[in-house]
Amino acid sequence: MDTESCPSIKNILLLDSEGKRVAVKYYTDDWPTLAAKLAFEKSVFTKTLKTNARTEAEITLFDGNIVVYKFVQDLHIFVTAGDDENELIITTVLQGFFDAVGLLLRNEVDKRTALENLDLIFLCLDEIVDGGMVLETDASVIAGKVATRGLEGAGSLSEQTISQALATAREHLARSLLN
Amino acid sequence: MAMAEPLVKKDDDRDYEDYSPFLGVEKGAVLQEARVFNDPQLDGRRCLQVITKLLYLLNQGETFTKVEATEVFFAVTKLFQSKDTVLRRMVYLMIKELSPSSDEVIMVTSSLMKDMNSKNDMYRANAIRVLCRIIDDTLLAQMERYLTQAIVDKNPVVASAALVSGIHLLQTNPGIVKRWTKEVQEAVQSRAALVQFHALALNHQIQQNDRLAVNKLVTSLTKGSLRSPLAQCLLIRYTSQVIRESSMHMQTGERPFFDFLEACLRHKAEMVILEAARAIIELSGVTSRELTPAVTVLQLFLSSSKPVLRFAAVRTLNKVAMTHPLVVTNCNIDMESLISDQNRSIATLAITTLLKTGNESSVDRLMKQITNFMSDIADEFKIVVVEAIRSLCLKFPLKYRSLMNFLSNILREEGGFEYKKAIVDSIVILIRDIPEAKENGLFHLCEFIEDCEFTYLSTQILHFLGNEGPKTSDPSKYIRCIYNRLILENATVRASAVSTLAKFGAWIDSLKPRIFVLLRRCLYDSDDEVRDRATLYLNMLGGDALAGENDQDVREFLFGSLDVPLVNLETSLQNYEASEEPFDISTVPKEVKSQPHAEKKAPGKKPTGLGAPATSPTTAVDVYEKLLLSIPEFAGFGKLFKSSAPVELTESETEYAVNVVKHIYDGHVVFQYNCTNTIPEQLLESVTVFVDASEAEEFSEVASKPLRTLHYDSPGQSFVAFEKPEGVPAVGKFSNLLKFIVKEVDPATGEADEEGVEDEYQLEDLEVVAADYMLKVGVSNFKNAWDNMGVDRERVDEYGLGVRESLAEAVSAVINILGMQACEGTDVVPSNARSHTCLLSGVFIGDVKVLARISFGIDGPKQVAMKLAVRSEDQSISDTIHEIVANG
Repeated sequence: MDTESCPSIKNILLLDSEGKRVAVKYYTDDWPTLAAKLAFEKSVFTKTLKTNARTEAEITLFDGNIVVYKFVQDLHIFVTAGDDENELIITTVLQGFFDAVGLLLRNEVDKRTALENLDLIFLCLDEIVDGGMVLETDASVIAGKVATRGLEGAGSLSEQTISQALATAREHLARSLLN
Repeated sequence: MAMAEPLVKKDDDRDYEDYSPFLGVEKGAVLQEARVFNDPQLDGRRCLQVITKLLYLLNQGETFTKVEATEVFFAVTKLFQSKDTVLRRMVYLMIKELSPSSDEVIMVTSSLMKDMNSKNDMYRANAIRVLCRIIDDTLLAQMERYLTQAIVDKNPVVASAALVSGIHLLQTNPGIVKRWTKEVQEAVQSRAALVQFHALALNHQIQQNDRLAVNKLVTSLTKGSLRSPLAQCLLIRYTSQVIRESSMHMQTGERPFFDFLEACLRHKAEMVILEAARAIIELSGVTSRELTPAVTVLQLFLSSSKPVLRFAAVRTLNKVAMTHPLVVTNCNIDMESLISDQNRSIATLAITTLLKTGNESSVDRLMKQITNFMSDIADEFKIVVVEAIRSLCLKFPLKYRSLMNFLSNILREEGGFEYKKAIVDSIVILIRDIPEAKENGLFHLCEFIEDCEFTYLSTQILHFLGNEGPKTSDPSKYIRCIYNRLILENATVRASAVSTLAKFGAWIDSLKPRIFVLLRRCLYDSDDEVRDRATLYLNMLGGDALAGENDQDVREFLFGSLDVPLVNLETSLQNYEASEEPFDISTVPKEVKSQPHAEKKAPGKKPTGLGAPATSPTTAVDVYEKLLLSIPEFAGFGKLFKSSAPVELTESETEYAVNVVKHIYDGHVVFQYNCTNTIPEQLLESVTVFVDASEAEEFSEVASKPLRTLHYDSPGQSFVAFEKPEGVPAVGKFSNLLKFIVKEVDPATGEADEEGVEDEYQLEDLEVVAADYMLKVGVSNFKNAWDNMGVDRERVDEYGLGVRESLAEAVSAVINILGMQACEGTDVVPSNARSHTCLLSGVFIGDVKVLARISFGIDGPKQVAMKLAVRSEDQSISDTIHEIVANG
């Protein structure tokens, strides 16, 4: 199959400041076992730990892969693709995820809030890449898709404004898993 | 229910940092909690929490047993009753994560089909994605109509979901997806950016083998403008593909679509600019004029505030610098400022690019900058830098002093084995190629082994020192360093040092007495190998005044290379049975046998430096020798000189597969025809090959050994032997006709008919060429072997080879004609080289060692010329080699 002519993402990782998983999604079999995945996460975390990826996304070559990453508070976000991929396409995916999470968490992006709203994070990962294929890169669209609320038939996304969508996201945010 | 309580509490919660809502979440308990999914009155909020916990566990790497997964799956299907959208989306995620079995899939199909027809577009889009992930062929056929409708749906989310699902389904169900072409092409025209992107990707994957269709698509799309930058990137990739394929068919004329690529360099999206620049740079045979606009936009990226952009630009320019260094020199100033870039990947790429493009005057300044930078990059980057410096030094030999100093400085610093080896290899190469650098370089290596933790490197350096050290102006200064090894190091290094000392002793008479003293001390070493070596060398060098052997023999022994492949020696030693008769090294076969199917090993790696030429052959020669000796007709031919690799005489997939192996003896040639019968219904008998040698005048047939029976799929051999003038490399062409009696075989019983029919089968012609009389035998140190052979039996001549495809092609053609072994990796020609020197070695029939040194040069219109210098043990053989080339 001629898949190399189509941009493809290998994984998106959301790790905490110790390199532990908050949420991860792998789209290829490059790391077939849990051990291989954890080893990859550990080394990519260690390798990038000392860099300053807070204002701009950073990039590194790693084991034949390109990893683009960005840190915010105690969260480290990585997007991996093959080393012949267009770096700026990978960055667009990273930025889309980063901004969408920011919108959904009302800019209160840290590990604690992310875990409290883990359902939104999972949905966000699901809406940005499907099986390695880039599904959507516009953060407001991704956040809107994740945050649509309301009963069946109450109106589709196209009829809802983004601000409405975000208001429902806010309501969602207030819920806690501990109750 | 305490809503948002943790958020309120956070200011006075001291353990805030460690807080996690999933603290103590445990599989068993969550599986219990999942029972709430079965409640008749669903508590949506509670269900959402439980399903999130389940997904959390899976995401952390927890696994469910088959039973647990089935239980969870059935419970989750109950949640389709709830109208909560977020909960429904989590149900979709859960189904995808659980990847249900086919009988489980049936349970959810109707619910998902219902969602696919829902008025809620988010339900529709996600239900499509889930269904396409889990369904089988029959279900897919049922829902095909919905999918083709979804592809052209007015809601972009739905259309994209269907298109992306189509891309995945194409891998498993190409037949069905290919029927959607009409709808997909309609979607390419969509006004929604991402739909266009997904449609374009799917459309291309459907028609990727249809070159005309791709060409048509590219032609029409490059005229318009696509909305999505991602789609534009795809279009650039497809355009490059079309350019690549058309250039294979049209040799001349304008490069098609180049204007389109160049226009993309002015696109507003950076990802498109980068994609276009890459596409231009990777055009085959790209010219400097075509490169310039691409390099200019990349140069602007170099000073971007975004690290990703700088990285992408410098990585791309680094590639350009390999083939077109001059085009990149304009960027040198921007590139130099990147040496101090925070991002070390960018800095390393910048440095190696500069090293490729820099001119002689900038070398010193660059080296200073690099020195500051080396301490804070990882070993793998350091190796890249060392390799770049090595090639820079070979480019500017006059600068060897500062480059050698740099290498010796970094050699003293901390570093792992691979890094140190890269440095040592570089120093060794500089010593070999730049004579002025020799003394300085050897001194640095000596200094290094005074404190070297790697046994491998110490022994390799000692070996190298033994070969090169004695020929320097003041060899005695190395003795101290070598002797220190004997006192301080482990047994392996000590043994190496003994051999090195002996080499100094053999070469320099004035040092002999001192060497003897040192060697005698080694007679009391605790290690056997060290003592044995010392004893051997003391006797050989005549330390005890037993001078029997002459100097030439001694030097030959010490400096000459082992002229048998190590693998062959190993096999022979393993086969040797202890007896009265001592092991005789001259019985070891000298031919380097390459593995029959492993010849296409990656040629990219150039063996350099200390690493001995790696050959890992297996000896088919032993098998042949045994086989031939077992045939009485051939037993009197003497020792087998060489057996060729099998030459195919039939096309693949024909009725009978025949290949031939040429066995060369001093006065005979035996053709071994390996025949395979590929027809199950046939049995062949009395299989012979009728050989017509009318175009091989010096050969006359002396024996033929037919094959009695040839069953289906079990190969057998038939032989034909020829006599030829003794020791003469006679050549000729032979035509072959396979003759046999064919018998029908009953496939049911496997029994053959009584009666057979005579039949024949034309095989392809076979040639005996000069290379058949040459054994591929390498030497480990070509320079020593060449010097030892002496200039008096050398013959030099120049030849024009006419127009060749490339230098590499010319080099490999000449190597093939001569049939000799390329030494020191000189069969590999760097891709943009204009000249190349090739070192060859072999043994010609009559056991005559032959060495050849060939300098190739190529000019503009691909005219190749070469200068061939041959040294051999026999002047007439040197002449013969020249004749081979002149006639080849």
